[in-house]
Amino acid sequence: MEKTWNNKAWFFVLPVLLLVAFSAVIPLMTVVNYSVQDSFGNNQFFWYGADWFREVLTSERFHDALIRNLLFSAIILAIEVPLGILVALAMPKKGIWVPVCLVLMALPLLIPWNVVGTIWQVFARTDIGLLGYTVDALGIDYNYVRNTFDAWVTVVVMDVWHWTSLVVLLCYAGLVSIPDAYYQAAKIDGASRWAVFRYIQLPKMGRVLLIAVLLRFMDSFMIYTEPFVVTGGGPGNSTTFLSIDLVKLAIGQFNIGEAAAMSLIYFLIILLLSWIFYTVMTNAGNDKPMTGGGE
Amino acid sequence: MARIRLDHIRHAYSPDLAKANNYALREVDTIFEDGGAYALLGPSGCGKTTLLNIISGLLTPSEGHVRFDDTDVTLLTPEARNIAQVFQFPVIYDTMTVRENLAFPLKNRKVPKAEIGPRVEDMLRRIGLEAKADRKARGLTADEKQKISLGRGLVRSDVNAILFDEPLTVIDPHMKWQLRSELKQLHREFQMTMVYVTHDQTEALTFADKVVVMYAGEVVQIGTPEELFERPQHTFVGYFIGSPGMNVLPCDLDGGDAIVSGERVKLPAGLSGTATKKRVELGIRPEFVSLVPRGTGIPVNIEKVEDIGSEKIVRARLGEHRVSAVVAEDSAIPADADIAFTAERLNLYADSWLVERG
Repeated sequence: MEKTWNNKAWFFVLPVLLLVAFSAVIPLMTVVNYSVQDSFGNNQFFWYGADWFREVLTSERFHDALIRNLLFSAIILAIEVPLGILVALAMPKKGIWVPVCLVLMALPLLIPWNVVGTIWQVFARTDIGLLGYTVDALGIDYNYVRNTFDAWVTVVVMDVWHWTSLVVLLCYAGLVSIPDAYYQAAKIDGASRWAVFRYIQLPKMGRVLLIAVLLRFMDSFMIYTEPFVVTGGGPGNSTTFLSIDLVKLAIGQFNIGEAAAMSLIYFLIILLLSWIFYTVMTNAGNDKPMTGGGE
Repeated sequence: MARIRLDHIRHAYSPDLAKANNYALREVDTIFEDGGAYALLGPSGCGKTTLLNIISGLLTPSEGHVRFDDTDVTLLTPEARNIAQVFQFPVIYDTMTVRENLAFPLKNRKVPKAEIGPRVEDMLRRIGLEAKADRKARGLTADEKQKISLGRGLVRSDVNAILFDEPLTVIDPHMKWQLRSELKQLHREFQMTMVYVTHDQTEALTFADKVVVMYAGEVVQIGTPEELFERPQHTFVGYFIGSPGMNVLPCDLDGGDAIVSGERVKLPAGLSGTATKKRVELGIRPEFVSLVPRGTGIPVNIEKVEDIGSEKIVRARLGEHRVSAVVAEDSAIPADADIAFTAERLNLYADSWLVERG
């Protein structure tokens, strides 16, 4: 049979191209477009070159927000990942308590971001909030509206409350997929509880842990709603993360050019850090280069 | 190394099941001699894995005792019993190298470093994985992984027995033969008690010196492959061992004869023909059924002939019963023929159990 040779097959790709163009490429290009121009009233735009980028990268305000964001992500990863693993290890593997635990774990994940923010905003108030009042009554001077440290503690604890479940559920899925034979073999090999965790459970959880770390990193690095509702970025600018700052810049100050440049930088940072996480974590378990014999 | 004695073992998976007399193991009372290679053979659900886990200590039997030599180990953990087990799916420690995998059980037992090194090297050589000693274990093929899990058992000097739970299930067919003969070789070298669970008769018969055939939670026969073939103690053994399985024909007894579907079959001397209330069956291997010209034997209808290359299997009908016969590849099969049984190969069963010759 004669084969037909022409370029008609490209038409099959067309729907995808259109979809991606409208959903991603065109909006992104609009942002790129804004980032190289300055705007005045009456929709007048002027070419501004790479000046916005230079300005954002050298601005102290951006540096501070970036550092705050990195610190926040580091803290919540350091808490949520080990805590999530511990909770997953403690959860029952079979029996009637499994569905109960799973549903309880899933509950915080089902609550909308700004509702979580509102819950904690009220919960942590020292006048009417159960938590704030109790802590205050215990003699600890706590006020997340005035004190920077207290504001940070509140935002971090809120995030841990909201998102540790995600890590738990992912780790749990990894744990229950380990066949019984592994535990039996470890028992026969005389492995300690720690060795079982280190050489069986942790490696088997590796894949899901990677996903958990990536998701939690990206999400925490883009966090907006909850701290915005609870602290509004304050006191001062102490909980103003990149996304909050970006909104202030774009909508509060209507500085579209600078905001566009900042979003692009923001996006590239997330992309870069996620890639680093992924590469480091997937290569961690691979064969080391051969070094002759033995250790 | 040890002689394993299973002293009236019964097991039910919960007290409720025991009350309902629903035992996974009904009663097992057996001795595995020191250094022997045993296979536990039986269909799925017959209790062979339950029995293996009772020997290894992963399960505690509901009743009865497990003894290694003279020590009662019924309540000891697998670790304290010093047994090794190879599972259906290869268990390896993913993040460790092959060498580290083999050293792991020794390290856990606080064997001095100076001793671990040479023993691991020796084991690497024996299982033929020296070239891959420093590779991560997870990248290896299934049969290599299975060798590692076996090696982790053999590397210990204190092992009482090595247990195998269908270890070749996930191995490619062409590797199965090789791995099985390597296992046999290792058994000869180490002279360890090995118990091998399988539902594959070829595996059991080639690996083991003694095959333990299990059926519905009971041991129905322990014997060499030859004994299982020639004198099945139970109709299940006859049916399960051999391909095709033994012909089992319900019959009545009359003097020295058995009557199958109205046809008289002369029983060999020594098989008593007393009528009993028990269900009596005649057992004969297809290998000992021959085709004879019409009128000289028992008339049958030949239904089909299967040519399996090395020989032919004749499927025939004797009254309401099916009979198989194995005949030579080059023999001609007449359209109508009678069959004859080799008299000394006839076995008589009462309620499924062999009637011993008097």
